[in-house]
Amino acid sequence: MNQQEGYADEIVKGFIISSMVWGFVAVLLGVLISFQISFPELNIPPYLSYGRLRPIHTNAGVFGWGIGSFMAFFIYITQRLAKNRLWSPGLARVQLWLFNTVIALAAVTLILGMNRSKEYAELEWPVALLVVVLWVIFAVNIIMTIVKRREEQMYISLWYILATLVGVAILYLVNNAAIPVSLTKSYSAFAGANDANVQWWYGHNAVAMVLTTPPLAIFYYFLPKSTGVPIYSHRMGVIAFWSLIFMYLWTGAHHLLWAPVPDWVQTLAMGFSIMLIAPSWAAVFNGYFSMKGEWHQMQQNYLAKFLIFGITFYGIQTLQGPAQAVRTFSAFIHFTDWVPGHVHMGALGWVSLVLFAAIYYTIPRLYHTEIYSIPLADLHFWLAVTGQLIFSISMWIAGVQQATMLNATNPDGSLHYSFMETLIELYPYWYIRAGGGVIYFASLLVFIYNIAKTISAGKAQAVAQKA
Amino acid sequence: MFEKRPIILLLLATATIMVGTMVTMVAPFKWINDPKLAIASVKPYTPLELEGRDIYIREGCNNCHTQTVRPLLVDTERYGEYSKSGEFAYDQPFLWGSRRNGPDLARIGGKYPDAWHVKHMKDPQSMVPRSNMPDYDFLQQPLDTSVTERKMKALKFPYSQADLAALSGKSELDAMVAYMQKLGNDIPWRKTGRAEVLGELKNPFQDNMAVLPEAKELYLQHCAQCHGRNLQGDVGPGLEDLDQPDSKLFGTIYSGSPDTGMPAYGDSLGKERIWKLVTYLKSVHRR
Repeated sequence: MNQQEGYADEIVKGFIISSMVWGFVAVLLGVLISFQISFPELNIPPYLSYGRLRPIHTNAGVFGWGIGSFMAFFIYITQRLAKNRLWSPGLARVQLWLFNTVIALAAVTLILGMNRSKEYAELEWPVALLVVVLWVIFAVNIIMTIVKRREEQMYISLWYILATLVGVAILYLVNNAAIPVSLTKSYSAFAGANDANVQWWYGHNAVAMVLTTPPLAIFYYFLPKSTGVPIYSHRMGVIAFWSLIFMYLWTGAHHLLWAPVPDWVQTLAMGFSIMLIAPSWAAVFNGYFSMKGEWHQMQQNYLAKFLIFGITFYGIQTLQGPAQAVRTFSAFIHFTDWVPGHVHMGALGWVSLVLFAAIYYTIPRLYHTEIYSIPLADLHFWLAVTGQLIFSISMWIAGVQQATMLNATNPDGSLHYSFMETLIELYPYWYIRAGGGVIYFASLLVFIYNIAKTISAGKAQAVAQKA
Repeated sequence: MFEKRPIILLLLATATIMVGTMVTMVAPFKWINDPKLAIASVKPYTPLELEGRDIYIREGCNNCHTQTVRPLLVDTERYGEYSKSGEFAYDQPFLWGSRRNGPDLARIGGKYPDAWHVKHMKDPQSMVPRSNMPDYDFLQQPLDTSVTERKMKALKFPYSQADLAALSGKSELDAMVAYMQKLGNDIPWRKTGRAEVLGELKNPFQDNMAVLPEAKELYLQHCAQCHGRNLQGDVGPGLEDLDQPDSKLFGTIYSGSPDTGMPAYGDSLGKERIWKLVTYLKSVHRR
């Protein structure tokens, strides 16, 4: 543990704790809006209505919890793989403050209805500008640390980190192009079908550059660290890296199948989505093959459980996603609850399980202690997986049922069900989904308690050593 | 070789990302903005409609309502003519959405009379039982018009001072309703697409009293919101004293009557249930 002295790790602690706070907010809001969908009287307009809270839920989840912990682990991993201290710890402290300010500002402005309406790019232009500043500070610090590294070779995690830094920057700058009207209101710089195509180029590649490459960087670093086994194939990781970042950018229009954007863009998106199975599953196989001869760790090492279940959900996710990108299947399930079921397996299963493992691994080391309770970590794991599966499976069934009802026709060709008749059938699934959300929320409370106890034990030991 | 050169890796990764970006994000601008796809009858938003649209955005309506009808039977039968890219030329941002917790609104304009929208916004469940839409009663607050002119200028939409003056005294709800009524109405699809009733129009349930309990339930669920629980009339006219042949009543319910604001129910109820409603209405008339 001595080699860790000298790294800028205080800042890592700050990002981990901040991201956990925002993750808590995201899941709490998710549970609230799942109840609001089931019981409309729980909406308290104007501020506490589904339409205003849902963007806060997604922003807190993707940017607060996701980006916050990616910042923590990019800083943690980069220093160790570069065998060098962070280029500028001072800049990182500014970054931490700015990060929390931006997410808090996002929540406040969204609840006030300042909203650009573009999914995952809702923030009005002054807040979006702060995001750009935040990202530049972060990117410069990480890139300079890598440039000034003491280890010549760059491990695959650093590749994914570099791609993330540049990818997010390009996506964010283009899709946030706006015509400001006042401090609190702007219009998209693009119109209609152009705007839609730009938005989903952004939207789907936010999935690539925020919800795929960063967790992969973290997975490739923490799987060997947690299990003591090397990654099965560095070369497979490298091939997967280039094909992943090449193919992803072509697939945005699979969110626009049957919409009035050019057919050839939709067809390309469909084809590339299916091709993406290969690089996605290369990562899955890299995870599985690394475990060869070490599968007993699934019983004995709780970190392996989080990581391997995480990559498994990634594997299911990257088969389901391409299936949804096929025109015929999209015609059936698009706009139904199937899609939130799909998304939440990625968010609650893949991304979050990998992040939980990384936090369980790093927090005891950062505070020079042991994890407070492994049984509690196991409980956290099973509650999280159960809650997530209840959520996703109930939504898949709901989506298929609604799609079937929407498509049902009478012998004379007229439709058999009105929209409302299909919606009424969704209520039971929405109650079940809310139940799954509550279980996931409970898992998060166990997680937070375990981490808080670990941190306070570490602090107490540090005080005792000094005395 | 890239294992040791971070800046080259960074540049190559950027180039790799840009290939798909150029082809699928930049190039389509040329195709989408092809003059052949423009539709002359599509007009920019008026100041009132634009304010309504901004309230739609502010309240996050697009989280539950889509605005794009796909060229698929399930969509065109349910919502109307499929969406064309030329119809969205003035939509900054686009509001196609991604999830239908509520119905698609791309063709909502002209489907219901203004009074229906007002009642529905204030208390959705009073018009659509078991709907899970939140109530938007608070939209009765006065419309803030302080930046309306700047908005029109920013979007380069034509307007007159009279348009702006007409905003005084309007509520947010007025703006929202104006926006709803504009949606999808810039092409004359409702006249051309109006469902024609084919075949012999003979009521299969004529004088069949056994269907009356079910028919009354249908009436209460789908008609009473506008015509009153006791057919006394409210948003729509009273129906106690209907003296029309069965076939004419059927046609009005099935295809709607755009001039009076009566929506078409052929898509949502189907023929059989509409005949039952006709039977119910006639039975009340006879009493």
